[in-house]
Amino acid sequence: MSIREGLFYTKEHEWLAIDGDVATVGITEYAAEKLGDVVYVDLPKVGTQTTYMKICGEIESTKSVGELYAPVDGEVVAVNDSVASNPELINHDAFGAGWLIKIRFTELPTLLSPDEYAALTNEG
Amino acid sequence: MNDAQALKTTPLYEEHVALGAAFTDFGGWNMPVRYTSDLAEHAAVREAAGVFDISHMAEFFFEGSGAAAFLDHALVGVASEINLGRAKYSLIVNEQGGIIDDLIVYRFTDERFLIIANAGNHQAVWAALNERAAGFDVTLDDATSRYALIAVQGPRAVEVLKTLTDAPLDDLKYYSIFEGDFGGALAYFARTGYTGEDGFELLVKNEHAVNTWRAILSAGSSVGLIPAGYACRDTLRLEAGMPLYGNELGLHTTPFDAGFARVVRLDHDFVGASALINKAGDIPDRKLIALVGEGRRAARAHYELFESEASEHPIGEITTGALSPTLGYPIAMAYIDSVHGDLGTTVWADVRGSRQPMQISSLPFYKRAK
Repeated sequence: MSIREGLFYTKEHEWLAIDGDVATVGITEYAAEKLGDVVYVDLPKVGTQTTYMKICGEIESTKSVGELYAPVDGEVVAVNDSVASNPELINHDAFGAGWLIKIRFTELPTLLSPDEYAALTNEG
Repeated sequence: MNDAQALKTTPLYEEHVALGAAFTDFGGWNMPVRYTSDLAEHAAVREAAGVFDISHMAEFFFEGSGAAAFLDHALVGVASEINLGRAKYSLIVNEQGGIIDDLIVYRFTDERFLIIANAGNHQAVWAALNERAAGFDVTLDDATSRYALIAVQGPRAVEVLKTLTDAPLDDLKYYSIFEGDFGGALAYFARTGYTGEDGFELLVKNEHAVNTWRAILSAGSSVGLIPAGYACRDTLRLEAGMPLYGNELGLHTTPFDAGFARVVRLDHDFVGASALINKAGDIPDRKLIALVGEGRRAARAHYELFESEASEHPIGEITTGALSPTLGYPIAMAYIDSVHGDLGTTVWADVRGSRQPMQISSLPFYKRAK
């Protein structure tokens, strides 16, 4: 399990890569490992308004359901369609090909640094 | 997680740690939930073989001239009719006919039997059996803490085990048991399982557990045998239509609710018989059914069932549900009001606020090719 530098994190085990006013959002490797094999994802459509820490999607494994909490206020501008057809991408490459959505945000809330997230998961 | 110290561990715990397993609390035991991937482990059991540590399960030996009569009295089935070397699925119920546990009875000789029961019901079953033993010439031995139980399941399981023992495994029918040598130690080979595949459950003394486990992994690696955890054990048994105590079975469930009329022998006297005889003629209020859905969104345990997409009052509840790894669509077991439970009926499952149609089907969902 690894925590990637250069990303922001939430206590709900999401990661964010910030580029200008767009955040690419996924779940962390830690969350993917806890879930087990992801078999289904339900993501918001492009154009959906997101509200900080409101549920905006679901990630299901054979064993359980994980909720995707919007990490920022904003609007969904892209959805990773390959993850919908190949949910195992989340297990194989949580920080890369397994990204879920891109959100254009108005302002960034307080997010966790890699060190803070590592402390949260006791893997620091 | 803070209670991890309080959880019991099996003699194979260090093996699981070394294999990189993730753990979960299973009936008070810290058991491996997965080693690598739930789906890979599930597929290995269906296509090659998987090995499970099920040492948390309870093992009780019974010996004496009254052992058979005692078990007849204690269980809903007739243990005295089990042929030597064979096994039978049975239930232990309370005076009201509620299920205390489901279990397998194995018979070695006229006077010697073994019961394997669920870990979570260990104390309840042991207490009930001891109470029911009064007046019978039988000795009860709770061997759980002395034995490890290792399940080897899958189409290649027997082939792998044959390389490790001279025991006549091919001659053992499904639901048989044999006492034989395994790597220089005594083992019980039970041709039973909880996956819907062929295979054995091996009962060995604790001190032989690690060697047995390693020998199986090593002998099986060339055919694709891998260690398998509890996540896949649950999807395997669901596909095979096998109930899990706590989900499909419980103290408020009768054998008739659960569709187990065939294991209840009302022509013999046992604890709970009078309650069950009274219910035997009635159609139960609810019954256990199989459901099949579409798409990939699973209806899971405790989700409610409705007659239509918009109806207000639930008519049933899912007991176990998952996206079937083998079949690729959602499957579930559920209790439903009997009037709504006809085969082929479409019902609606409330999946976290949205209703999904599912069709009442029959068990099992998956059956292995013979």
